[in-house]
Amino acid sequence: MELNKFVTLFSEQFDNTSSDQFSPDTAFRALDEWGSLTALSIIAMVDEEMEVRITGADIRSCETIEDLFKLAQTK
Amino acid sequence: MYNPFSLHGKTILITGASSGIGRGIAIECSKMGAKVVITGRDINRLNETYLALNGIDHLQIVADLSKDEDLNSIVEQCPQLDGCVNNAGIPKLITVKFIKRESLSEIIGINTIAPILLTSSLVKKKKLNKSSSIVFISSISGICISTLGESTYSASKGAINGFVKGAAIDLASQKIRVNSINPGLIKTNILELSGEMFSAEQIQDKLELYPLKRMGQPEDVAFGVIYLLSDASSWVTGTNIVIDGGFTLL
Repeated sequence: MELNKFVTLFSEQFDNTSSDQFSPDTAFRALDEWGSLTALSIIAMVDEEMEVRITGADIRSCETIEDLFKLAQTK
Repeated sequence: MYNPFSLHGKTILITGASSGIGRGIAIECSKMGAKVVITGRDINRLNETYLALNGIDHLQIVADLSKDEDLNSIVEQCPQLDGCVNNAGIPKLITVKFIKRESLSEIIGINTIAPILLTSSLVKKKKLNKSSSIVFISSISGICISTLGESTYSASKGAINGFVKGAAIDLASQKIRVNSINPGLIKTNILELSGEMFSAEQIQDKLELYPLKRMGQPEDVAFGVIYLLSDASSWVTGTNIVIDGGFTLL
């Protein structure tokens, strides 16, 4: 998967944050809408789209969307 | 000694006994004098439970309740029973938009369909003695509350709640009682599994919502089960017993 595609899929998990707020270097955990629901959705999205199982700890270890993309690729 | 909660002379089947709540129930029932028949999928972990049982004459049957042949095999191998504890279950955290037929079938299959079919088969094959007690380990989730990502888990447990009531009516003519225990957060491997999703701090935050300020232990559930299996509860059927440290009060 391309990084840009990942950023788009990532942004689609948010309902109240406009898509132009998302880029590879977005510090996603600082977003207003970030929380348990979006975290669960990201875990499910990565599972569905990349067939990779990431954990809450994985997410907490990442700063940016690109960090998470790279981490998912190593799994 | 006078003890209306004794399980002496009773034979009890316990599913999902290889770990967690099921293991706790099996051990405590054996301490109360029951002969227990334990089942689970993992032969080594089931044997660990078996070795921890009090007394002799217990049985262990390795089986996967999601497979019909294993379920039938349990029923065939079972001696006459005075009680059955439907405990085997799995957790699942998934948000609504990601629900797929496959994952939904898995959780409903294990948490709802398997224990209902096992109960039906035990009744049909007349394995349950008159005045037996059937106990379902349900949850507060799906009956009292739910939480983020738990919609399918809640659905699987909510269905059990309905079954308990209907089965209690159907089986009353044989004096067979059907009840459930609805635990809150219990310290088990299942929780460690979801610990992959939640940090220690998040679990600590959750504990703040429990007036008694601690997580439940498998024994907290087991003691409720013992009451429902014993003759002390012989006028209790079709009910839910919430064991949750006060969580649902808030």
